[in-house]
Amino acid sequence: MTEGSAVAEAAEHPASPGWLRGRIDAFRTAPIAHGLLLGLFSLLTALVLAVVNDLTRGAIEDRATEDLYASLAQVIPDDIRDNEVTAGPLTLDDPQEGPVTVYRALQGGKVTGTAYEMIGYGYGGRIEVLLGVDPDGQLLGVRVLSHAETPGLGDKVEAAKSDWIFRFTGLSLGNPGPDAWKVKRDGGSFDQFSGATITPRAVVGAVRRGLEFFGRNQPALLAAPADTTASPEAK
Amino acid sequence: MSADYSKIARSGLWDDNIIFGQMLALCPLLAVTGTATNGLGMGLATAAVLVMSGVAISLVRNAITPEIRIPAFVLVIACIVTVVDMALNAWLHDLHKVLGLFIPLIVTNCAILGRAEAFASRNSAPAAAFDGLMMGLGFTASLVFVGACREILGSGTLFANASVLLGPRLGFLEITVIPDYDGFLLLILPPGGFIILGFLLALKSIVDSRQRASGHTADSRLPKVFTAAGVLSPEPEGETAR
Repeated sequence: MTEGSAVAEAAEHPASPGWLRGRIDAFRTAPIAHGLLLGLFSLLTALVLAVVNDLTRGAIEDRATEDLYASLAQVIPDDIRDNEVTAGPLTLDDPQEGPVTVYRALQGGKVTGTAYEMIGYGYGGRIEVLLGVDPDGQLLGVRVLSHAETPGLGDKVEAAKSDWIFRFTGLSLGNPGPDAWKVKRDGGSFDQFSGATITPRAVVGAVRRGLEFFGRNQPALLAAPADTTASPEAK
Repeated sequence: MSADYSKIARSGLWDDNIIFGQMLALCPLLAVTGTATNGLGMGLATAAVLVMSGVAISLVRNAITPEIRIPAFVLVIACIVTVVDMALNAWLHDLHKVLGLFIPLIVTNCAILGRAEAFASRNSAPAAAFDGLMMGLGFTASLVFVGACREILGSGTLFANASVLLGPRLGFLEITVIPDYDGFLLLILPPGGFIILGFLLALKSIVDSRQRASGHTADSRLPKVFTAAGVLSPEPEGETAR
């Protein structure tokens, strides 16, 4: 009704300055206008997000790579290698885990340690766990690369916030036994956190799967790389 | 109308404090105030988003028709939170490692939509920015205070892991208040948040009624109306009953 009267009024004074204004005001009350306006807002915000995503994507990838390298240095001790761990990663196609990128530490052309990522699913989604494993299948170290667990409860899997993650160092599938690779609540030997069981359960599960992956692919993992990219000057 | 900045400050910091006045944002309150440090991180991240969303919504307030304002505000706020998350991750990566966990939680904070609806959509951009800042600071103070109470009583420490958030130079903030304390798990878990919040609310109520009795504030306290969007209407001309 308002629309009709406004249009009629506008038709009476087609040249008056209020004519366009009247049309716009009338249009703004129509349901289609709400839809269009909301659609415009959605388009604008989508545009902003797309632009920012494009601007930041490269930098975010660089930061993730830097984090990976820094964590690699923590799970592969310096004194067991004479190569650059990040050079010449190996990609293994595992029947259960899919393609896994493996970084290798070499000394005198022999593999002295391997490092690779496993994914666990915690309370807040993906948890990326980096494992360092020596040639006998013993853990050199474990670090959580990224996660979205609840601050104050689940984030104790970070090395910066708790020493829980250091517990894994030196363990293997035989130590503790296969049945003990669970959190205590599930009858295993790993502590959960007060208020957070799902996060440590996911991390313990991911580490266990990582060790099983090592067991399945041990020969391929330990085979000396064909092209010896090991550079002696590397620190 | 011209904004009364001292009134905005008082409203954000005390009278309509997001936690203790409006009783909003209880979800992040329960989730992150296990320690004072986490409360501080969440509070600062929220304050930044409150300022930005206040300005953005104030700028587009005349373009939005009343019927679609809530979805439009949600779009703007979600967009800002995502942009902040991506920008921090790309260019302030060390800060993102610490605050990154809190940023997605901000979207669940109904107080931001509440301020957009109750203040930013009716005021100029500078006033909205100031309101966001004051609300954010009041929120931060509340989170740190609740966090400190829960941390001291629950784990016997204060500002644990502060050096991760604030840098090693402020590591001296990390205090063990009660040595060899076994911890009181209930207070670390969400129910502890409710219990502490209840005691603190009672305390604020006592302070407020003392002040009223001594005639400090002569305002006749109007009954506040809460809606799903977290809008409250301390002013008589408020249009909460729509």
